[in-house]
Amino acid sequence: MKRRQFIQTASWGSAAGVLGLSGCATVGSGSGPKVVVVGGGYGGATAAKYVRMWSDYGIQVTLVEPNASFVSCPISNLVIGGSKTMGDITTPYDNLGKRHGVNVVRGFVTQIDAEKRLVKLADGSELSYDRLILSPGVDLMMDTLPGMGKPGAQDKILHAWKAGPQTLALRQQLEAMPDGGVFAITIPLAPYRCPPGPYERACQVANYFSKAKPKSKVLILDENDDVTSKGPLFKKAWAERYKGIIEYRSKHKLVDVDAATNTLKFEFNDDLKANVLNVLPMMRAGDIAVKTGLATANKRWCEVDFLTFESKAAKNIHVLGDSIQVAPLMPKSGHMANQHGKTCAAAVVALLTGKQVNAMPIYNNTCYSFVSDEDVVHVASVHRYDAEKKTMLTVPGSGGVSSAANELEGRYALAWARNIWADTLA
Amino acid sequence: MKKIHTAWTLALLLVAASASQAQAVDPLQARSWAAGCANCHGTNGRAEPGMESLAGVSQEDIVKKMQDYKTGRRPATLMHQISKGYSDDQIQAIAAYFAAQKK
Repeated sequence: MKRRQFIQTASWGSAAGVLGLSGCATVGSGSGPKVVVVGGGYGGATAAKYVRMWSDYGIQVTLVEPNASFVSCPISNLVIGGSKTMGDITTPYDNLGKRHGVNVVRGFVTQIDAEKRLVKLADGSELSYDRLILSPGVDLMMDTLPGMGKPGAQDKILHAWKAGPQTLALRQQLEAMPDGGVFAITIPLAPYRCPPGPYERACQVANYFSKAKPKSKVLILDENDDVTSKGPLFKKAWAERYKGIIEYRSKHKLVDVDAATNTLKFEFNDDLKANVLNVLPMMRAGDIAVKTGLATANKRWCEVDFLTFESKAAKNIHVLGDSIQVAPLMPKSGHMANQHGKTCAAAVVALLTGKQVNAMPIYNNTCYSFVSDEDVVHVASVHRYDAEKKTMLTVPGSGGVSSAANELEGRYALAWARNIWADTLA
Repeated sequence: MKKIHTAWTLALLLVAASASQAQAVDPLQARSWAAGCANCHGTNGRAEPGMESLAGVSQEDIVKKMQDYKTGRRPATLMHQISKGYSDDQIQAIAAYFAAQKK
């Protein structure tokens, strides 16, 4: 690394900022160290913004993201429930470029050469890096369900577990379903993205049914032994608000589906048909992380050093968000990915500028679930680094859940969304 | 004589000051800790509507609020649970960071 050049760029960037020029306008033309970020979700977009900010705009950052805009998974269940629109959960990437000078490239990474420090894109172009930040989210292990490989199956049986076209498509399936029909959602064994998400979705669908299709039912078929997050709060909502609409069944391991007949097949339980199937297959780190050999935990998740988020399998590659092998009691959530992004950004800036990496990260997680259009329950936790165990542990005595679903937290939940979207993208 | 006295007082003050900063936190570490609050309270504490901004709020006010959340004196939906995850020194450092930010 050429430190002198970096310092020059950094001070020039700061001076330009003071003068009101956009130091950010010099995208890609500087001579500072290069960081490439792959994936513009909560982890990657946050990391891209904060590497720029915290290097005083001295480190060049390129963010590679296949989607035109950021579509939030949190709040997307409200689109399925009908109280929010796709527009409400969509944010453009413009500000990362305009305000922070991130070079946002719309593209898809097909290959990473860790030795040459090169990222190859589907269009044939290449990007070199000093450090790579990989935040590819999850990919769904469709091959664990043979029936999903049949032509058309994946167009009919949706997961809607990456907010986007499937979110709207699932909403349309619910709208098209006749009253008296059944919506069935299957949940894989933890860990999976967003532990309370499937239970929130069940509430949202039931809320819609209670207003528009009161004879319809929601079936939750969970491979886990019990509800994996906010259990008593969700069960209370199902028993009281959605009595006779939601039915919860645990220990249902899905092994196959038949899209032609809308049938779910379980390891031990009887086959089950429903009008609308919402199948959440097993998940693992995004394909590019697996392909690069970073998914060393069960061949599914990427092990990282929690001080820097550097991969334990490859130098100069940092992995964030839902792709990582999490620390104990650390959820795979957007809020947590944003925290990973900032912790990693600080470490990457320190490593590239010869400063000390923070030896004691501490951050929190806050997760709100809507049990109706307005009433919300939360789970919160605080995680701090344990130097002896070299992992993040929850702080004893901290954290907890709502005492009951309430409307005040419904307002906080939407304010949370506005704030985290801004912290990630604005 | 008076001069010596002043010098002694100064020296004592310096010792006291350095003692009170014995737990002094690296500013970059404090910045990272504070960034953990930004998800809800905005980048550098400048919040979007619906959440409280922390930028430019006095260190004393933030520390008091956090301590009141910790003890339960101040009602909360979740800040009583979050505040308990942070030590008094960490709260001091985070509060000082936000106090120094532009509103």
